[in-house]
Amino acid sequence: MSFWHFLQLNWAELLLLIRQHLVLVFIAILAAVIIGVPTGILLTRHRALRGPVLGLANVMQTIPSLALFGFLIPLPFIGGIGARTALVALVLYSLLPIIRNTVTGILGVEPSVREAAVAMGMTDGQVLRQVELPLAMGVIVTGIRVATVIAVGVTTIAAAVGAGGLGVYIFRGLRQYDNNLLLAGALSAALLALAADFSLGLVERRINSAERKFAGRSTRRKLVLAVAVVLVIGGAALWRSLSNTDNPDIRIGSKDFTESALLAEIVAQMLEARGVSVERRFELGGNLPHEAVVTGTLDLYPEYTGTSYTAILHHKPISDPRAVYDQVKQEYAEKFNVEVSQPLGFENTFAILVRGAEARRLNLKTISDAAQYAGEWRAGFGQDFMSRADGYPGFSKTYGLKFAEVREMDLSLTYIALSSNQVDLIAANSTEGRIATLDLFQLADDRHYFPPYEAVYIVRQDSLARVPKLREVLAKLANAISTEEIRQLNYEIDGNKRDPKEVVREWIARKG
Amino acid sequence: MNDAGNNQLVQFHNVNFSLPTAAAPIISELNLSVAQGETLVLLGESGCGKTTTLKLVNRLLVPTGGEVVVEGKSTTAWDPIALRRRIGYVIQEGGLFPHFTIARNVGLVPSLLGWDEARKRERVRELLDLVGLDPEQFAERYPRELSGGQRQRAGVARALAADPPLLLLDEPFGALDPLTRASLQREFAELSQRLGKTAILVTHDVREALILATRIGLMHNGRLLLLEPPDRFLTSNNPQARAYLDTLAVAEQAGENG
Repeated sequence: MSFWHFLQLNWAELLLLIRQHLVLVFIAILAAVIIGVPTGILLTRHRALRGPVLGLANVMQTIPSLALFGFLIPLPFIGGIGARTALVALVLYSLLPIIRNTVTGILGVEPSVREAAVAMGMTDGQVLRQVELPLAMGVIVTGIRVATVIAVGVTTIAAAVGAGGLGVYIFRGLRQYDNNLLLAGALSAALLALAADFSLGLVERRINSAERKFAGRSTRRKLVLAVAVVLVIGGAALWRSLSNTDNPDIRIGSKDFTESALLAEIVAQMLEARGVSVERRFELGGNLPHEAVVTGTLDLYPEYTGTSYTAILHHKPISDPRAVYDQVKQEYAEKFNVEVSQPLGFENTFAILVRGAEARRLNLKTISDAAQYAGEWRAGFGQDFMSRADGYPGFSKTYGLKFAEVREMDLSLTYIALSSNQVDLIAANSTEGRIATLDLFQLADDRHYFPPYEAVYIVRQDSLARVPKLREVLAKLANAISTEEIRQLNYEIDGNKRDPKEVVREWIARKG
Repeated sequence: MNDAGNNQLVQFHNVNFSLPTAAAPIISELNLSVAQGETLVLLGESGCGKTTTLKLVNRLLVPTGGEVVVEGKSTTAWDPIALRRRIGYVIQEGGLFPHFTIARNVGLVPSLLGWDEARKRERVRELLDLVGLDPEQFAERYPRELSGGQRQRAGVARALAADPPLLLLDEPFGALDPLTRASLQREFAELSQRLGKTAILVTHDVREALILATRIGLMHNGRLLLLEPPDRFLTSNNPQARAYLDTLAVAEQAGENG
């Protein structure tokens, strides 16, 4: 699909993401100005505070954004998933340039001018309002400009905590190896940053020239007017975006890969068909959907029993699917007041893949067969597989594997890396559509290392009680999706780049 | 007008001033009175404490020992804002606000005092006329668009705006070329005499001191060495005073020979 064609098909969604992005940046910068400028003023009055506060703001800015989001998620009130967490992080990032420039701007006012102001009998407030702030305004606006450009960039990471914005396209594009998505997200973000830089640059130049030369009050009035217009437009956008998401019946989440979003979309459409209003919070990173369901920010998300068993309940992997399912169902009910639905009918386990040609040449069938070649092979694993309890450490120990090199990379990139000889073995999803199309071969887990990963929905008990149609939909989905079907659906989206909503709509229609 | 009963507008009683960071005091045991209508010139090289003395009067600084009395009341007993609004202050280059027009600069203290617009506008016109700046031409200009001498005139106008009984001037003519300086000095002497203002002026220029002063206070290392009217200063035997007068003599000699 050409980029132009992609834009024609997706412009409505792209505009929505741009709006989300702008609203996030706007609110964050507004809050940062409201906090940062008075803080800066305070620091010019209390020299002793200056070092510690600026130091703190400095440290804040060196924390990588993804890590900062990670710190914030478990916190009460300001944490969790969604725009709130993203805003807190964005404000923290924006504070430093604004505080620093406020301090620099005010301290940079000619000492003789300040002294004259005091000697004329101005109060401290009058010196600040009539002399220091007007003379420092150019420098302060420069700080706001820098903060805004940084915020436009950092907001792309906000998609990782479900806050929306252009990062949604960027992350999705990375996962699906789709350059159109990547380009649309990254290009729009870059253009937004340039536009913000340019327009605030105009404001800055206006202020500087006003103070340097002639134009007096009338320019200041125009400037106040321009700022007021921006505030009104921003406020309206904010109000609209908040009123859009008013109280849905059910909030559905998903993890950040195609199949999870697909399973979430299936439930969403089936509920909507029954008149239940739905809010979608798809593509959340790590264990975020789990946390969100437990804390009540989400009602439901798709999960795999093996993941619950090892990554969330911290049990040692076992191989009996029934035992895993029963244990998970019981512990979830006891610990979290959360119900586990009937299995959907397919498993998505880790599939250890090698190139088909290689498997035929070396006559490889099982992982044990491959162990003797590991010393010459490079392995490519996703971040998830490297870190989880049922992932790489146990896997390599069970089979006694010592690879020549282990590369940690984005899961979605491992397929293409394997087929293009960049690596020789990967750990993928067994339901991945590209296994067949790229001629990759799945080695059998002959020592039964990987626990069973039956697909299920995790749903809050109080949500089931509140919306009875939810139970009806989950009952209909029990054992309704076979491994072949899910591979096909995944391939429609990842391989044929089709719209997930459309793919799901067709599937539901077919199933009746 | 004050309880001292002898028309002393400003009095220094055993004033000391030192900074916690510096070992040597900046002002030591300063005793001094300024009478109503007089122009006291503090003369001395840079670092002698003359500017500090000035700042002690309008409470930009507070003495670390002794007291400064203005209109019969110690500066520490004054509300600093009220005190400063009764004292005109002129610094080198005028200390004008670069983002205010000349009119707004000159009308600053009246604005702070809450005068109505019409009265303020009238006062600004009057003052600009008084200091020799055409209001039509200069009122709406910014300080940057004026020459040094014009800025200095605007600075004096600003200090006079609310008709304060006392003026403090810190090397007001220091940054001007000699010709402009000479004419401004003349005009100022005439003006302060006509308005009957009391003034304390700081300078390192002995010629300026002799032109403007009713009394000259010679300062050195934070101490007042000498306090005399100009005619007595000219005949003083104090070595510091002689050193200043010698520079004058050299200049005149050079002038005669040339």
